[in-house]
Amino acid sequence: MVGLSSYLILAAILFSISVAGIFLNRKNVVVLLMCIELMLLAANINFVAFSHYLNDINGQIFVFFVLTVAAAEAAIGLAILVVLFRNRRTIDVDELDEMKG
Amino acid sequence: MTLDALNYAIAWPEIVLMAMACVVLVVDVFVEEKNRNFSYLLAQLTLLAVFALVATTGEETVIAYNDMFVHDSMAQTLKMFILAITFVVFVYSRDYLKERAIFKGEFYVLALFAVLGMMLMVSAANILMLYLGLELMSLCLYALVAFQRDNGNASEAAMKYFVLGAIASGMLLYGMSILYGLSGSLNIAEIATAIANSNDNRIGMSFALVFILVALAFKLGAVPFHMWVPDVYQGSPTAVTVFLGTAPKLAGFAMIMRLLVEGMGGLVNDWQMMLAILAVLSMATGNIIAIAQTNIKRMLAYSTVSHVGFILLGILSGTAEGYSAAMFYTITYALMSLGGFGMVIMMARAGFEADQLDDYKGLNQRSPWFAFLMMILMLSMAGVPPTVGFWAKLAVLQAVINIDMVWLALVAVFFSIIGVYYYLRMIKLMYFDEAEDQHPIQCGRDMQITLSGNGLLILALGLYPAGLMALCLATFG
Repeated sequence: MVGLSSYLILAAILFSISVAGIFLNRKNVVVLLMCIELMLLAANINFVAFSHYLNDINGQIFVFFVLTVAAAEAAIGLAILVVLFRNRRTIDVDELDEMKG
Repeated sequence: MTLDALNYAIAWPEIVLMAMACVVLVVDVFVEEKNRNFSYLLAQLTLLAVFALVATTGEETVIAYNDMFVHDSMAQTLKMFILAITFVVFVYSRDYLKERAIFKGEFYVLALFAVLGMMLMVSAANILMLYLGLELMSLCLYALVAFQRDNGNASEAAMKYFVLGAIASGMLLYGMSILYGLSGSLNIAEIATAIANSNDNRIGMSFALVFILVALAFKLGAVPFHMWVPDVYQGSPTAVTVFLGTAPKLAGFAMIMRLLVEGMGGLVNDWQMMLAILAVLSMATGNIIAIAQTNIKRMLAYSTVSHVGFILLGILSGTAEGYSAAMFYTITYALMSLGGFGMVIMMARAGFEADQLDDYKGLNQRSPWFAFLMMILMLSMAGVPPTVGFWAKLAVLQAVINIDMVWLALVAVFFSIIGVYYYLRMIKLMYFDEAEDQHPIQCGRDMQITLSGNGLLILALGLYPAGLMALCLATFG
């Protein structure tokens, strides 16, 4: 039997990896999108673990909705990425600096 | 369970809005290019109908859909302002979109769905509803920012907005998951009871609070989470900026009220100080960096950041007086920003964005009436009587002084005095400089009337603020 805290630690580690990935990554926007997905999944693990531990189904229902929203979010994110690449011919994070001030 | 027990009738405005947004989507496919006005009219009609439905709903608090959805006077007031502001946004944006060949039905469909998301956020009684409303709004807004597909700056802005918005959603979700684990419920009222009844999980609760607060600060654009605001405001087509800078602020205020005040009100001592730091940083950064801007959309973006600081001041006071002051501030700020970006849209014409401060030189020679309206708007944002901005700032400062945080009020006054500089510079450009650009200012009759009404409303509310103030006070009374 794996205890609740193990799940929470796993989720915390995943969350930290995703945040670190967002701030360390200076090359590619696609990697940013992957990090964002990971962030949502970390929260999902928390929800499922708590839901099981509390014997309350609501947390798992929340996860269904989060997964659906994450799919929609990825679709919009990739669509914006395509538009961006058409206009700028690059998806390098460092080169997204046309606007400043 | 019968259908009546769901109390679904209370959500009629949302149901109608969703159905009509789908109708606009389908109808637009069959409308020929030259009849595109039909989609516009249908969208406007929808907003009017939904406004009437919201306005005729009763005053009393009703909870529906198995404790998912709440209707109370705060929800009613905010929804009415969201709908009215969106209506005006559509009026402002029509000619702008036509001149840039982006007068498409999608604009209206996305905006209507964003409004639906805002209405759900405002009426959320459950953190799942809050999250879904927020995402519905945000996803539509990301798409709207990228709406002008051949505009490089717009797509760059959309990418930044998307990435930072998604990080904020992730933070919010992580905070919510911890909140759910510690309180054992997704229902906002039950979370509040759980927090009030137990003292043992304080550290865990504060942990959840930090994540939720960061997410709220991201969404509202409070320093140090404001990086996206100037870029998104500058990069988006002005027709989208005017939407982005107004209605979502009202929804963001509602989200703070539902989550922090109604849900985590028991932790007021924890979030008070955090909000104070955010507020001071926002007022300082917003007002000081705005001075250095030469782009008016960017300048107004930094001014937004500083106004968010003021809204947070009202909320952090933790009293009914403070909440109503913050609500008053949010509503009047949305109206001012509506007028400000409306002016930018009016000055723009095909191939010319009018987004530089120098484009406003000598506006008084070209159009004395619109220069006068712009002066009212600028004075109101600066907080000079007799405009409504003065009363908004006064109410917030009063709330802060009443909880013995006089230092905070002094800091706020200090930074708003710095802020007056860049608003007055705008007035100086309009009245005391020679016009370089002699193009006649043209815009449709509908836009002229609405924009004049918008400007005069700021003045009228400044002369008679009691009605709106009483409305806000009654909400939290």
